[in-house]
Amino acid sequence: MPKRKDIESVMVIGSGPIIIGQAAEFDYAGTQACRALQEEGMEVILINSNPATIMTDQNIADRVYIEPLKPEVVAEIIKQEQPDGLLPTLGGQTGLNIASELAEQGLLEELGIELLGTDLETIQKAEDRDKFINMLNEIGEPVLESKIAASIEEAQEIASNIGYPVIVRPAYTLGGTGGGVADSPEELKEVASRGLKHSLIDQVLIEKSIAGWKEVEYEVMRDGDNNCITVCNMENFDPVGIHTGDSIVVAPSQTLADKEYQLLRTSSLKIIRELGIEGGCNVQFALHPESFQYYIIEVNPRVSRSSALASKATGYPIAKVATKIAIGKSLAEIENAVTKKTYACFEPALDYVVFKIPRWPFDKFHYADRELGTQMKATGEVMAIDRLFEASLLKAVRSLEIGMYSLRLPGSEEWSKEEIKEYLVSADDERIFVVAEALRRGWSVAEIHQITMIDEFFLWKLKNIIDHEQKLEEVEELTAEYLQTVKELGFSDRDIAALRGVTEDEIRELRAELEVEPVYKMVDTCAAEFEAETPYYYSAYERENESLPTEKKKALVIGSGPIRIGQGIEFDYCSVHSAWTLREEGYESIIVNNNPETVSTDFDTSDRLYFEPLTKEDVLNIIDLEEPEGVVVQFGGQTAVNLAEPLAEAGVEILGTEVEAIDIAEDRDKFMQLLDRLDIPAPQGDTVFSYEEAQKVAAELGYPVLVRPSYVLGGRAMEVVYKEEELLEYMENAVKVSTEHPILIDKYIIGQEVEVDAISDGEDVLIPGVMEHIERAGVHSGDSIAVYPARTLSEDEKEQVIEYTLKLGRALDVKGLLNIQYVVYEGQVYVIEVNPRSSRTIPYLSKVTGVPMVKLATQAMLGKKLADLGYESGLWPEPDYTAIKAPVFSFSKLGKVDTSLGPEMKSTGEVLGIDYDYSKALYKALVASGIDIPEDGNILATIADKDKDEVIPIVKRFADLGFNILATQGTAQALAEAGIEAQPVNKISEGSPHVLDLIRDDEIDVVVNTLTKGKEPERDGFQIRRNAVEHGLPCLTSLDTTEAILHVLEEIKKADNGRFEYLALQDYRG
Amino acid sequence: MEAKLVLEDGTVFVGQSFGAEQGAGGEVVFNTSMTGYQEILTDASYKGEIVTMTYPLIGNYGINEEDIESYQPHVEGFVVKEFCAQPSNWRSLDKLDNYLKENDIPGICGIDTRALTKKLRSSGVMKGIITTEQASKEELVAQAKAAPGLSDRDLVSKVTTDEVYQLDGADYRVVLVDYGAKENIIRSLKEEGCEVVVVPADASAEEILAHQPQGVMLSNGPGDPENIPYAVETVKELLGEVPIFGICLGHQVLAQALGATTYKLKFGHRGANHPVQDLETGRVYITAQNHGFAIEAESLDQAEVEITHRNLNDDTIEGIRHRDLAAFSVQYHPEASPGPEDSHYLFAEFIEMMENN
Repeated sequence: MPKRKDIESVMVIGSGPIIIGQAAEFDYAGTQACRALQEEGMEVILINSNPATIMTDQNIADRVYIEPLKPEVVAEIIKQEQPDGLLPTLGGQTGLNIASELAEQGLLEELGIELLGTDLETIQKAEDRDKFINMLNEIGEPVLESKIAASIEEAQEIASNIGYPVIVRPAYTLGGTGGGVADSPEELKEVASRGLKHSLIDQVLIEKSIAGWKEVEYEVMRDGDNNCITVCNMENFDPVGIHTGDSIVVAPSQTLADKEYQLLRTSSLKIIRELGIEGGCNVQFALHPESFQYYIIEVNPRVSRSSALASKATGYPIAKVATKIAIGKSLAEIENAVTKKTYACFEPALDYVVFKIPRWPFDKFHYADRELGTQMKATGEVMAIDRLFEASLLKAVRSLEIGMYSLRLPGSEEWSKEEIKEYLVSADDERIFVVAEALRRGWSVAEIHQITMIDEFFLWKLKNIIDHEQKLEEVEELTAEYLQTVKELGFSDRDIAALRGVTEDEIRELRAELEVEPVYKMVDTCAAEFEAETPYYYSAYERENESLPTEKKKALVIGSGPIRIGQGIEFDYCSVHSAWTLREEGYESIIVNNNPETVSTDFDTSDRLYFEPLTKEDVLNIIDLEEPEGVVVQFGGQTAVNLAEPLAEAGVEILGTEVEAIDIAEDRDKFMQLLDRLDIPAPQGDTVFSYEEAQKVAAELGYPVLVRPSYVLGGRAMEVVYKEEELLEYMENAVKVSTEHPILIDKYIIGQEVEVDAISDGEDVLIPGVMEHIERAGVHSGDSIAVYPARTLSEDEKEQVIEYTLKLGRALDVKGLLNIQYVVYEGQVYVIEVNPRSSRTIPYLSKVTGVPMVKLATQAMLGKKLADLGYESGLWPEPDYTAIKAPVFSFSKLGKVDTSLGPEMKSTGEVLGIDYDYSKALYKALVASGIDIPEDGNILATIADKDKDEVIPIVKRFADLGFNILATQGTAQALAEAGIEAQPVNKISEGSPHVLDLIRDDEIDVVVNTLTKGKEPERDGFQIRRNAVEHGLPCLTSLDTTEAILHVLEEIKKADNGRFEYLALQDYRG
Repeated sequence: MEAKLVLEDGTVFVGQSFGAEQGAGGEVVFNTSMTGYQEILTDASYKGEIVTMTYPLIGNYGINEEDIESYQPHVEGFVVKEFCAQPSNWRSLDKLDNYLKENDIPGICGIDTRALTKKLRSSGVMKGIITTEQASKEELVAQAKAAPGLSDRDLVSKVTTDEVYQLDGADYRVVLVDYGAKENIIRSLKEEGCEVVVVPADASAEEILAHQPQGVMLSNGPGDPENIPYAVETVKELLGEVPIFGICLGHQVLAQALGATTYKLKFGHRGANHPVQDLETGRVYITAQNHGFAIEAESLDQAEVEITHRNLNDDTIEGIRHRDLAAFSVQYHPEASPGPEDSHYLFAEFIEMMENN
């Protein structure tokens, strides 16, 4: 079936901000989709609220709307644009939900817009559990006996019939939000209540738990001619019970015989045919470990996290093919992009093993509930490829960047037998290391299997690694043969060195001497059966090297690894643009990265892609082979910056800004000296190495002070402390966090925070924009709402910012990007932090200013001058519109995490609001970020004493807008004294009905809660915040954010101000 | 113990011996299936071949009682990256290593099977040996050159049944001519309710018709179809007498009986992911394949015989049907095992053909 002629313009809905359950995979999918549509000559209209993505670049779609992903907004834009078709399946669950809502409303039919690929009936059949189960019953495919409950009582009745434990799944949600396993009626009450709240249709599904079964997934595709293929199957290392997104996954399946493989394959194809999907679909199975019995767990009628993984694992571009199918092409007509000789209608054959390990945020959230279950908690993932299972696993482990280069978790040798058993039973993010430790102590595979239900095949493989750990410690001499063996099994030089008691460099030298070097193999979709040209490689210690370096000028871009808090998709955006620029500048671009969700790991983004861990050893091996002119470390976040020094030491040329500049910026003393020399003020402070010193410095500076370890990512372990006891408490924790580096103590200036991104060639320094934060200094910049152009700075303050930025760019001889954080206090600008590399705000600022920042920075790195490129020093002209970046949090997915904002970053993603009117831009940003702003209702205020004076006028304005005020006693009293009537509410200790009851009973619409400092128990505040988050209420912990919302409410309530206009980036920028 | 895989072009791969510690010679081929090694080992079509698995981990789910395609394994030798020493599957009764030892089949592991596959892809399949001998390279290469190839010998006679045997069924009586038939062809026919009479490859038309079959199934089998002229003669006599369905070698025999010729493919089709297009409907089926020879398109009298299926990748003929007589055949394996079950419907079409006859 050829391409449809009746479709000329297509709208694509993106997935919005990065949140747990919906990460960069949809930027990858959406970008592929838009490009595939453009390739077919379609006009593409894109809507996505996430500015950090490649897909929202102006050249990816003809019309790019960075607007809130709300049905009413999308409806407005659809009416404006009148596309012929709407592609609902590329924007994750968010895109699918919006599309189906618009279809259900009848809007699409009214406007004559067709849902492409997957129609409404199909979406409903897959998404509505009742319809889904009916469909499976009709085609004789087994599905778990399960019932829909619309209330807690109903849930309990069902559970008592089918027997505990039961699994609770909310209908229509993201990443399994609000689901869980319940062992008793009491537990069920809690889980079901949360689940009902999170379901868009107020339903939860109660089903029998099949924990311990094998979990297997199939990625399947179907076209309009009813041709069906499976792209890949994947087997979870962790049996059923842990969300797939939180499971370690292996591709292809390892423990399934052909009978089982085909049984599930046939079932998958039957399902996709019955659903009538034209595109891609994912089917998850539970397979009984000792029979052919299986159940279908879930079907996603769209591209998904798993399909992104399957695409990278096989080289088969699922999103691209799905898009082409949606506009009428058949699988037999679409070229296989890898071989260019065959077609998309085949099933990839792998000749390697792929591992995926999720990246969890527990390094940042120390107090989070780490136990894994049906609710996904990972923010990102890594993938590794190798010829052997063990090697693939070990590569994935060291790709995680959690400080692990082996399966030996520090401290695990001190666990008692009971602790090991306990950790094996309750799976958390470190379970694989627990299994390894148990094996190390001689626990049998059978014993561990019995406890964990992890397949014995996997356990034997882990045992092989452990056996070689021991052998490595024991053998007298490392022969070439044995070194080859352990390298083939994936042992890192660093780990071999640790086991042998030598240095990593010594092992590297020994390898060179014994000629134990890696080769690179190609990912070609066909196990070498056909010739392929794809420059997509992974390393292995084998015979034949397939990656033959060219003679061209080349540069290597270090990617940013897995998505985590503090290092998100924005760095992938930068890496991709840098690779593109290198290509334009006549260089061969080489990307090294290990994140399967991203655009950077698409094999046609760079000239050559190496899918490898981002460690010194793995990167140096590639450099040894490719011999690039230099390495780009500015765009890959802290991951790449951390590699700069070891690579430079190994003699590798770092392009652009010298490593020394990074050192000056990060070394407190050198930095202060530089500022002194340049006559740039900074908050006073000092570096300390002990508590005594800290005490002394803090006293001299005067509280409050800002404390943090040096070398931090995303403000990790940074805190504002108000008194000495807090300092002591902090020092105990922080020193434990980082012993290698000292602690920095600064005077905490409560002022206006300002952020600047600049491009420098060493002489000229271009400042595309100055942004100011709505939240005062003290809230991490990544968690702050940023406004561009800055609106409250005086001309003089702005001049100071420009002057200091220029001075710093030149003094550090920056060639590339530069990010500076300032705080403005009483007319004086102070420098807080300088980062001579790309920052989180680069994509956002590039889009709204039109300055191609990464491109210019890359050109500057290669030695070009800004002046020759048509740019000059100073601030880029500011536009007449306002663009506001707002953070997005995933607190509802992470139990026990405190939601209050502070110097440590907690957000997972960001959105943009853009408008000619400041208030409207802010409103759009807030709405897009998921804050459900009620226009009236009940506000609960529980305010710390220190903030009470400040909060009174704010609360008064809410009252003036018609809100009812509820407050805990202290706050209510303070309000009453100021003449504001507030209904007093019991604290938890004062008994029911207390503040939490009100939240649970839906009596509250907004919570304003500020953090109590010091020794007082925080339990009340913490519980209020957690309960608010879990019930989907906006919970404002910063009075600045609160005031911003208030401002917006006041403005939109004004007559004839409630109408919004939605314009494409192309309209704003011309 | 160290073992070598030596190819006739002088390429040597050094690895370790597993399975039986003995030498083997034959044509070296590769199979891209990621599962189904037990079915592959026991598929008689691999007689005369040293089979390389491109998927690096083989033996993960052990050896079981059911997944066999004939009474014993037939490959001459088995080449893998890694064999699994500790398999895990609920049906597993034995390990791959033991199974090969028990059946006197040598294996070699620890070699760069991807490099070997690329070699075979670019140079074409060639003869080779697996050996643990410590001889000079020249001598080993000479041995590889001297290894028996697929052509100029009747491999079918080594794997076909000696005796006629019969399997009960209610509906149609089908004579299965056993050129090295996979068990799953028999199972599939039985599932369709057929009574199956299995006869040796050299059974005459007269002998076959004496069973009064309603249909004749020509099975898969090893080697070059040109080496079994007797089978071709028999099929010529059967044409028009009884509905015929050919699979793989049976397909090539049918084509020869219809006057076509066959040729050797550069490196064959062996795997579970080959797309085959039904030329009538345009539909594409993912098929299991195992063949080194194919029908020469020009030699086919298309006035008499219709090409029904082609390979989407290389356009080779995958299916034919006689325009007047009840006879059709496919180059691939509708019985799967291992591989996708997409084409199972062909058995039903055979039943329909018998019904209409």
